[in-house]
Amino acid sequence: MTDALRPETHPSQPRPHGPSPPHLLRAPLTRGLPIVALSFVALVASVGLAPFVGSTSLSFTRVFATHVPFGDNVDAQIFLLARLPRAVAAALVGASLASAGVVFQSLLQNPLATPYTLGISAGASLGAMLAITFGAAFPLAGVAAASLVGAFLAVLVVYALARARQHGLSTTVLLLSGVTLNAFFSALILFVQYLSDFTSTYRALRWLMGDLDVAGYAPILAALPFLIVAFAAFIWLARPLNLLSLGADAAGTRGLDVHRTQRVAFFSASIATGAAVSIGGPIGFIGIIVPHLVRLMVGADHRLVLPVSAFLGGAFLVTCDTVGRTVFAPLELPVGIITALVGGPFFLWMLLKRR
Amino acid sequence: MGVLAASRLSFAYGSDPVLDDVTVEVAHRDVVGILGPNGSGKTTLLKLLAGSLTPASGCVTLDGRALDKIPRRELARRVAVVPQETHLAFDYTVLEIALMGRYPWLGAFEIEGPSDLAAAADALDATGTAPFARRAFPTLSGGEKQRVIIASALAQLDDRAAPDPHQRDTHRVLLLDEPTASLDLRYQLEIGALVGRLRRDRDVTIVLSSHDLRLVGSVCSSLILLSHGRVLATGPTRELLTPEIIGELYEVRADLAAPLLP
Repeated sequence: MTDALRPETHPSQPRPHGPSPPHLLRAPLTRGLPIVALSFVALVASVGLAPFVGSTSLSFTRVFATHVPFGDNVDAQIFLLARLPRAVAAALVGASLASAGVVFQSLLQNPLATPYTLGISAGASLGAMLAITFGAAFPLAGVAAASLVGAFLAVLVVYALARARQHGLSTTVLLLSGVTLNAFFSALILFVQYLSDFTSTYRALRWLMGDLDVAGYAPILAALPFLIVAFAAFIWLARPLNLLSLGADAAGTRGLDVHRTQRVAFFSASIATGAAVSIGGPIGFIGIIVPHLVRLMVGADHRLVLPVSAFLGGAFLVTCDTVGRTVFAPLELPVGIITALVGGPFFLWMLLKRR
Repeated sequence: MGVLAASRLSFAYGSDPVLDDVTVEVAHRDVVGILGPNGSGKTTLLKLLAGSLTPASGCVTLDGRALDKIPRRELARRVAVVPQETHLAFDYTVLEIALMGRYPWLGAFEIEGPSDLAAAADALDATGTAPFARRAFPTLSGGEKQRVIIASALAQLDDRAAPDPHQRDTHRVLLLDEPTASLDLRYQLEIGALVGRLRRDRDVTIVLSSHDLRLVGSVCSSLILLSHGRVLATGPTRELLTPEIIGELYEVRADLAAPLLP
């Protein structure tokens, strides 16, 4: 090839000479750190402020008045025993679903995946339906436990199917078995509904709407160990998920243990989803709206997308729940209805604007 | 003794044999072209040389060590692969893609430092992609994407951050799978010029598969000819790039192959 043909001498392709431009010498990651900090502040602020909003207005000074004994301080009781656990539950559920959405989208290499794509919520719902219908003696915690068991059974079935044909996880088989499982569990749910009486059908329907009306801290504490494990895994996953975006083969040639990354991503995101659904029911759309808005803000690097999605997902769900509790007060609208009303149109808009 | 050597490699996808008893050797700082018709096993051979696939029998060695005995990350510091095409589901920037090449040099929670950024910036400079370092990868043209992925591979092989001087001056290998496939004339020339520059300026051994006889003729010093999963011939480019041999390789008449040769 002659020198005259060398493209770098082409006039339309000026090649920079000398040292690299200074913007290249700054890590792209550091530019997103202020957004991480701001989104964390938003989460803390929403959890702190939401309990003051509601049908009974609370006085800040009375809630924190130390001279009144707690037994006589109605404001403090409403704050600590009714509204704060609800705000904390919303924050945890929102954070879990949003970050699980990020992980599933990355694992499946599909921006339209959600935490529920692989049938986890359908498994959880089936478990909850069975507990509501046939376990009349079950206390509320029994429904949560049953939904957790249902979610994990669904996870194991999907995993076994995706592993059956090849050594690694096949994302195609994951998607197909997830969609099939979703449909199959939905049929079973309808069947259980058919067998159940009026009261339990009503309870089941309310559960399916997604509601954060947790009675105290017990459901949160029960889900917490699962969430801690999942979030620890998410921290480890952030950079491996970046590599995985190049495709499994290319990630492997850069030194990534692809199979281990896929396994950790699948199980941690599934555990987070199962635990979140056991607290609040299958609240929709958080896992897709939040990650997409976050990517518009911070780009694609999972070391930014994961924490910002977790913080803003929490803040978003706390806000939605506060809206749901107040717009028709004293009626409380289940938060799942709010997120679906916001999320449906958003999802369609995203589908249309996709390249 | 070659840097990269494959001895008696066989491989099959299920029950379909793809490679059969392939023995090849790549010398230090050589640019080796793999030529062969569609389905002759070029991509499979590259994947075996990269360690992405495990051979059914035979073995691949890098400086005399079997690939499956070399830890994943150490192997990645020495062998980089540029696949035929790269599609991303998310909008990573060009600089972020180049920095992904630094993965095998960083600890689990380590953030890219100045040496990693310098390695990425150099790689972008070398491939002429520095001007769009901040652009989103999916918005680039095919030729630009290919050069960015090559930059990521160069950043991966950059050993300036090696903690231990022993790790420097080891042989490094760049594997390119049909680097000019689906590119127009101008980008074909750009990739060809880039491979030529890498050969001259960087201490790297290059193996590339291609259907592009002119590219192979201008940048490769030796060739491996694959036919139906077997080695038809290996040797210096000038000896093998003849109408008779190329005609036999692609199962066409020699006088039809002649005008396609450089």
